[in-house]
Amino acid sequence: MALINPKKKEVQVKIVYYGPGRGGKTTNLEYINKKFKKRIQNEMVTVKTYGDRTLFFDFLPFDIGEIKGHSIKVQLYTVPGQVKYNATRRLVLRGVDGLVFVADSMDLRREMNIRSLQNLKENLETFNKSIFNIPLVLQYNKRDLEEEGIPILSTDTLQRDLNSRLKAPSFAASAVKGDNVAATMKKIIALTVGSLRKKLE
Amino acid sequence: MDFTIEFDKQQIESIENILQEELIDLGVQSVILMDLAGNVIVNLENGDSSHDVYSLAALAAGNYGAVSAMANIIGEQEFSLLFHKGEEESIHFSKVVEDLLLLTIFNKNVSLGFLRLKVAEAIKRIQVLI
Repeated sequence: MALINPKKKEVQVKIVYYGPGRGGKTTNLEYINKKFKKRIQNEMVTVKTYGDRTLFFDFLPFDIGEIKGHSIKVQLYTVPGQVKYNATRRLVLRGVDGLVFVADSMDLRREMNIRSLQNLKENLETFNKSIFNIPLVLQYNKRDLEEEGIPILSTDTLQRDLNSRLKAPSFAASAVKGDNVAATMKKIIALTVGSLRKKLE
Repeated sequence: MDFTIEFDKQQIESIENILQEELIDLGVQSVILMDLAGNVIVNLENGDSSHDVYSLAALAAGNYGAVSAMANIIGEQEFSLLFHKGEEESIHFSKVVEDLLLLTIFNKNVSLGFLRLKVAEAIKRIQVLI
């Protein structure tokens, strides 16, 4: 849960970008880091292995101003998407307040998306959290690949595969181009901070 | 289990006083009381340096988690104390209670033995408050 410091009147909110490997989670954060540079005082932290894959997580702190007299510090994290790094994913999920699930629109990745979402659900359960009542936004990334002639899943198919029961807000996006990256982030921040409003009163 | 300790203003002030007396006055550069989600609960600096404490806390939480997983593999519950030595600055981590860590950043002017003693004292005093 979010940490509220009543002395400094500050709230720290943890938002995690989850999803299959090479789906564009880090690219989302890199785009946000570039686009909102003025509001980000610290450098983005990233722990990578050889080959530019996320080993541990990326971390980007972000000030979004004040709500009910409290300054809100949003901390964006990504998890490593590769299947073998599940222990690390669980570590990063600790204390999560809001989630973005970044799905890969490529045809070939259909199964991986479903498996990763299932893995998220299971990992949340180890913290006694349910995917059905945590703030969540889905992002269908890599829509730009269609222009290059690479087969991609329709958003209807993605909705059916991933969102038929969750009914979370969703965005078709391209993290590389920046399409709907900010919209996804704004939505998850609004949902997460909204869920805290009562606590701040 | 998820983490849900809440602090009121008075608790935070008392913790700040303890950390000031036991550690900052000793010559420590920076202390961070944080949870394992990577949130900064209290941060005090001696004024000589300023670190990116939010990133430090995020990485420290990950680091602590990773080392605890290593501990489990060799049959230990956890390693409750970690220390990273640098040429000029070093970092000392110590568990306060379940899910709370105290991070201390100090330079060559502070001896590790004395620091450990003072950290232990500070932790004992903080445990009473929470």
